[in-house]
Amino acid sequence: MSNKTPPNLRYTKDHEWILVDGSTGTIGITDHAQDALGDIVFVDAPKTGTPVQAGKVFGTVESVKAVSDLFSPASGEVTEVNDTLKDSPESVNEDPYGKGWLIKIKLSDKSEVDALMTADQYSAYAAQEHS
Amino acid sequence: MRYLPKSESERREMLDAIGAARIESLFESIPPEARLNRDLNLPPGRSEFEIMEYFKERARENAPGYQSFLGAGVYHHLRPVVADHLISRSEFYSAYTPYQPELAQGTLQAIFEFQTMICQLTGMEVANASMYDGSSALPEAVMMAARITGRSKALVSRAVHPEYRQVLATYAKHQDIKVKEFGWNNESGAAELPEADAKTAAIVIQSPNFFGVIENVAAAAERAHAAGALLIVVIAEPISLGLVRPPSEADIVILESQGFGIPPSYGGPYAGVIATREQFVRQMPGRLAGQTVDTEGRRGFCLTLSTREQHIRREKATSNICTNQSLFMLMATIFMTLYGKRGMRDLAARNVSQSHYVSGQLALRFSGPHFNEFVVKASAKKNKALLKKKVIGGLELKRFYPELKDCLLVCVTEAQPKWALDALLETYAADAVEAHGS
Amino acid sequence: MVRKVREHISQNEGLIFERSSAGKYAYQLPEAQVPEIDPAAALGADAVRPEIPDFPEVSEVEVVRHFTRLSTWNYGIDHGMYPLGSCTMKYNAKINEYVARLEGIAGEHPYQPEALAQGCLKIMKLLQDYLIEITGMDAITLQPAAGAHGELTGCLLIRAYLQSQGNPRTKILIPDSAHGTNPATAVIAGYEVEAIRSNSKGCLDLEALHNAVSEDVAALMVTNPNTLGIFEENIAKAAEILHAKGAQLYMDGANMNALVAMARPGDFGVDVMHLNLHKTFSTPHGGGGPGAGPVAVKKHLEPFLPVPVVEDDGKGGWKLNHKRKQSIGRVRAYVGNFGVLVRALAYTMANGRDGLRQTTLDAVLNSNYIRAKLADLYDLAYSGPTLHECVFNDKRQLTSGVRTGDIAKRLIDYGFHPYTVSFPLIAAGAMMIEPTETESKEELDLFIAAMRDIAGECATQPELVKNAPQSTRVTRMDEVAAARKPVLRWKSH
Repeated sequence: MSNKTPPNLRYTKDHEWILVDGSTGTIGITDHAQDALGDIVFVDAPKTGTPVQAGKVFGTVESVKAVSDLFSPASGEVTEVNDTLKDSPESVNEDPYGKGWLIKIKLSDKSEVDALMTADQYSAYAAQEHS
Repeated sequence: MRYLPKSESERREMLDAIGAARIESLFESIPPEARLNRDLNLPPGRSEFEIMEYFKERARENAPGYQSFLGAGVYHHLRPVVADHLISRSEFYSAYTPYQPELAQGTLQAIFEFQTMICQLTGMEVANASMYDGSSALPEAVMMAARITGRSKALVSRAVHPEYRQVLATYAKHQDIKVKEFGWNNESGAAELPEADAKTAAIVIQSPNFFGVIENVAAAAERAHAAGALLIVVIAEPISLGLVRPPSEADIVILESQGFGIPPSYGGPYAGVIATREQFVRQMPGRLAGQTVDTEGRRGFCLTLSTREQHIRREKATSNICTNQSLFMLMATIFMTLYGKRGMRDLAARNVSQSHYVSGQLALRFSGPHFNEFVVKASAKKNKALLKKKVIGGLELKRFYPELKDCLLVCVTEAQPKWALDALLETYAADAVEAHGS
Repeated sequence: MVRKVREHISQNEGLIFERSSAGKYAYQLPEAQVPEIDPAAALGADAVRPEIPDFPEVSEVEVVRHFTRLSTWNYGIDHGMYPLGSCTMKYNAKINEYVARLEGIAGEHPYQPEALAQGCLKIMKLLQDYLIEITGMDAITLQPAAGAHGELTGCLLIRAYLQSQGNPRTKILIPDSAHGTNPATAVIAGYEVEAIRSNSKGCLDLEALHNAVSEDVAALMVTNPNTLGIFEENIAKAAEILHAKGAQLYMDGANMNALVAMARPGDFGVDVMHLNLHKTFSTPHGGGGPGAGPVAVKKHLEPFLPVPVVEDDGKGGWKLNHKRKQSIGRVRAYVGNFGVLVRALAYTMANGRDGLRQTTLDAVLNSNYIRAKLADLYDLAYSGPTLHECVFNDKRQLTSGVRTGDIAKRLIDYGFHPYTVSFPLIAAGAMMIEPTETESKEELDLFIAAMRDIAGECATQPELVKNAPQSTRVTRMDEVAAARKPVLRWKSH
């Protein structure tokens, strides 16, 4: 599992990840999450400029027969949305930490990220939840 | 009972397998105080022949054999026998919703063909597999516009079917949607378009409108779009689309398909449809069939984008609709196929010829161009005289519009014979000429 | 061994648009009896459309063949058992179709003078009387077009009633076993939804209900028997708890086929309920509709019923009253799905009091017979007594990687329509089976044999089950592709 949980990211209990680069946070869902959801057919993400709040819903991700809420790992404002997902939502399945990223935000409080799980913590958490 | 395929000995065997003494004992989970301890107060079961006789008697108390000039959202058209014959195949009428595509390709492909034809006719890019009827599709469309725009006001023409507007009012009350109505031009009978503002989710018009007058859809769209609002166009008489310019500038089209060969049946079942632009499809309620392939790569169809619907999204669904009007959607599809490209136009043109033959000889309340319905100024008393000739005259408009007393909404389609047209003309003429002169 | 196979007639039948050839047609109008006029002159050139792009151009025989061939790819109740749980797929008697098509029934216009619609009004009145007797309620509206539409009507009635008492309240309670229409409906009626967890028996948890009911709660919406086929034994107590706080009890009548002539909702505390005439009363499902969802109420809700209502006209006939002061208004145009009402009345007349009772007995007998014959191979989701349907799960079969959806698809190869898959949500891997009363012992035995064979296949040949069906014209559809890149209409290029 650990090889599917990049060490440079932080993780939430709702199975989102965040990559911090300066004041920008890139957000996506974990490999564990995409596997549990199955084939993703649609991502409903907010528009650029929308404020998001840590722990609150910012969008949804859909498989054929399920809709799941997306919870933001941190607070801030959406600066970029992964438009390629409109045509290729399968990127979320195929490359959840790369091409399948969902949104980028301008972080309003970087310390929020420190409270999130590390890769090791998340791996343990996901394994435990799975069992 | 003849529908129950079991003998007493079979029931006995089954009870033995279950380990129960009597069938009644299988009901012991119902607390005694909740059980019904008497027979229902209903008559004994009837034979097929008695049932037939009962309904034939009731039919005689209605208006069989009458000619009717009623329209107002429900239209008398000649109904090809092929359509009724084909929907009478029990593979269609006794099937469930096509959730299992391998066993429901017939229904699914028919839905796909229906969706396509509705798009071809209306100029829209997607259409759903039906709503209950036109009237309940209206509040669904307004709620959809509110979701798309994030706004909560609907400006609705008073020349939209009054009962559709009443249904909208019932729904809107609990959705925080404000409905404001606007009037029509007293000369033409066409809608007097209002100014939309930043709170307006949609402008709603009907074309041909309730008075039969063809509206300027492009102008209405411009008015709506200028304020960032959507235009919803209601089409209650789908036969008009054979000839009348399609409402391509609209954002949402609501269509009542009854005119496509579905019998009037005293008010239903019919089949409403919502059609829209591709970009709004995820906010559209109702089932959709989509094309795909099976595991062998063969073309097939399945229900798709189901995450919009109540069985998946529950309280966050686009609508609570589940059962739709599939069988009558099928009937409409067959009707459209029978008439086809040429026939849809011919049929619509015949409606124009017949209705204009009558309207041209009467003084009309409104001057706007009309399809197969029009408003005549004539007293409702004239309808009594017509009834003696087994002809049902136009609808008294004061029922819905107090300001239109002594006005009748007359609908002439391809279905009425010449003698009935002449009987109507003869009876209405005196009044109409009088009104014209005054 | 495959014991019952229905062959698909596998003609290659394309889309109707692909069969078109310019100039073909399948209609002829009667000879013109008035002068034909130029539409452009009559309507104005701007109002007239160009030709309809790509619209079908085919002959009559092609239309007949096309739709007949499509029909052969469907499965209907006349083919065989259709054990969809909570859908009540029972035999649709032919007389129902016959009477709905009579001249004088099918041809009637909703606005024709009431004096010329007495037959229609009498049909509605008689059906109302029968349904009131069957439900034990006090009044009824036939207007709603389907179950969910009935639910909405019911919620609006509750809202109007509570409003008249001073406060419409904010919340509707719904058990987690409910059909998705219940929460979706409550929201459209302007209420918030609060889910109530089911207890370990799969039933309404009285304590949870007790804790949830407050002055903010407008109603509890409950399906009875519930979606597990279990009669809610505490329904009367639930009604007491609700009524003590001024809240209402709504019953979803989707499963009324288990109760007709045996128990009446009006006798166990229900304030408002809907019926699904396309289920319990056999008017066909039509491939997804039309239905009808009459709403029956207790006296205190009667003033709020939607308009119009059928009333005595005081002259020995019937009329429609469109003006009622406290009415919730109109929920649809005209009087309702009248053609469906006609069929439901024909069904009720054919059965009569004794037939309806035996119908319910046989429906429950059939379900319990299947349950008894399969319980050694499939796990029951809940073990309590069930009425007209039973719910197994795929727990045992999952050990070989086979899921409920696979078993359902394999049933197709045995000549049956699948049961309801993965519902109710409270039973993981649910297999929800409702045979209805119109299955013979022979058909039930074939179904049981098929299910038993499949249980064996799950253990020995799981791939066979996972790749079913193989006997149909098409195999499993790529639903992911359909949803990722929706193709929702045919295009000529």
